[in-house]
Amino acid sequence: MTQEKSLAAPHFLSNAVLIKQGAEARVYRTEFLGKPMIVKERFPKRYRHPALDEKLTHRRTVQEVRSILRCRKAGICAPVVYFVDYISHCIFLEEIMSSLTVRDHIASIQQSGSCKEQELEYIADRVGQILATMHDEDVIHGDLTTSNMLLRCGLEDGDMEDMVIIDFGLSYISALPEDKGVDLYVLEKAFLSTHPNTEALFERLLKTYAASSKKSSAVIKKLDEVPQLTLSRN
Amino acid sequence: VVPLCLRSMGCRHKNDEHSWDVLSFRRLFFSAAMTVVIGFEGSANKIGIGIIRDGVVLSNPRRTYITPPGQGFMPSDTARHHRAVILTVLKEALEQAGLKPADIDCVAYTKGPGMGAPLVTVALVARTVAQLWGKPLLGVNHCIGHIEMGRLITNANNPTVLYVSGGNTQVIAYSERRYRIFGETIDIAVGNCLDRFARVIKISNDPSPGYNIEQMAKKGSQYVELPYAVKGMDVSFSGILSYIEEAAHKMLSSGQCTAEDLCFSLQETVFSMLVEITERAMAHCGSHEVLIVGGVGCNLRLQEMMGVMCKERGAKLFATDERFCIDNGAMIAQAGWEMFRAGHVTDLEDSWITQRYRTDEVEVTWRD
Repeated sequence: MTQEKSLAAPHFLSNAVLIKQGAEARVYRTEFLGKPMIVKERFPKRYRHPALDEKLTHRRTVQEVRSILRCRKAGICAPVVYFVDYISHCIFLEEIMSSLTVRDHIASIQQSGSCKEQELEYIADRVGQILATMHDEDVIHGDLTTSNMLLRCGLEDGDMEDMVIIDFGLSYISALPEDKGVDLYVLEKAFLSTHPNTEALFERLLKTYAASSKKSSAVIKKLDEVPQLTLSRN
Repeated sequence: VVPLCLRSMGCRHKNDEHSWDVLSFRRLFFSAAMTVVIGFEGSANKIGIGIIRDGVVLSNPRRTYITPPGQGFMPSDTARHHRAVILTVLKEALEQAGLKPADIDCVAYTKGPGMGAPLVTVALVARTVAQLWGKPLLGVNHCIGHIEMGRLITNANNPTVLYVSGGNTQVIAYSERRYRIFGETIDIAVGNCLDRFARVIKISNDPSPGYNIEQMAKKGSQYVELPYAVKGMDVSFSGILSYIEEAAHKMLSSGQCTAEDLCFSLQETVFSMLVEITERAMAHCGSHEVLIVGGVGCNLRLQEMMGVMCKERGAKLFATDERFCIDNGAMIAQAGWEMFRAGHVTDLEDSWITQRYRTDEVEVTWRD
């Protein structure tokens, strides 16, 4: 297994530290020209057919970089892309220093007591605003969860630089309200299953989204329709 | 059936009191006595009755309503099938277990989700025998039945559950007294996609379309590219089905590929999607166990692919064979056993069924 891994991973990853194995990729921490850097390596998934694997891996690497670029142009915080290797399917990204996930942040607020309602609402508003901007740029994230949103520590005021969106591995470009609606639906499910008893908070997030996005009415309509499409939702 | 129904309505009051007596008696002697639960399942085209005594499956007979190739099963025909065989199956269940009705502590039945007509049929029989025998009734969520049966058979402790069948496709993990749905299909179930593909190219429904697709897929070699639709932890199968419905006959008649190649490609595509969302949910929850349940879960290729994924991330795979993966009575008995021991019981007037009943609606009072 270790030998296979070192064969699959390019040489420069030999000194990198594996920090996470997600569903998509291995994530390493290393340095690049003296800067702390994250390398995301899409290693071959042996459970799937090689032809399918190659197609998905290549397409997702391209889409990820394209979406990050588009978001950054629109003023949404996302990691800087330093370099892309399409042969080994590695993306070299800026490391977001001293940050914590929105997931952990919400969990710690919820644990710490009841009088932190405002902080939660602030988070929900920020997520709503950022998603509105992203969808207005026709970027569909594809895997919106609170684990894929980072908060930079130290910036406590509500300027645009506080929240960073990461992991665009399932993202793509689409102007269809249906795709945006499903994107929100994915978030809704992940949000409510990860953070119990936050239905009101998510409602607020959607309200902010609707208020911030220019094309939100069609999207929200599609979001409401998703459960009706689902025969097996029981 | 109708006279039985009338009779059951007539003696509601008396038996209600009686069932409460049984319950309090049971509660008093739980530490010493064993608990025997009979489970009635008939939410789709299988009718099964199983008996469980403290984690031991005493009997689990089952019948399947099989339709001709090219046809699905309609609710009314399926209910008719269940009505015709249910008393035979019940007799088998008791005989194989070597038990008399007096030995049963609780009658569990599937409350939902599923097809209305078959659910009503089975609930009616469960309600009737509960009153005839003077035993408490218990309505059980079908999905919970699958999960609890899988946990019992495999001894998986706290797994991420992939529940895949003809009516459901869900990735589930337990947290804070609920089986929470992390991912699911946003349109049709994976088994529905496979079944309907089988109808398109007239694959036999005996013993099940999925089994026959699995056997044909073993002979397929050419991978035909199909749409691949993963949305975060959710999946969509309706686009794949539309595509293959449209393209299958053209590809087959032009000799571009064989029916076996199509079975192979469809399995490879939809199972990859399922493994991918399961892995994503595992990464999300930090889980190191996977349990596959539901009718599609006995597909060995799916189990093999899931096994490869688990090995790559140092996780453990749990799966069961067709006896417990496919709908059966014992799974309802097992979930009923857990619920009954936790103090649940369904009053007669609440013993209705529902076609829609989400896994996360049930408060899981029997787990920490």
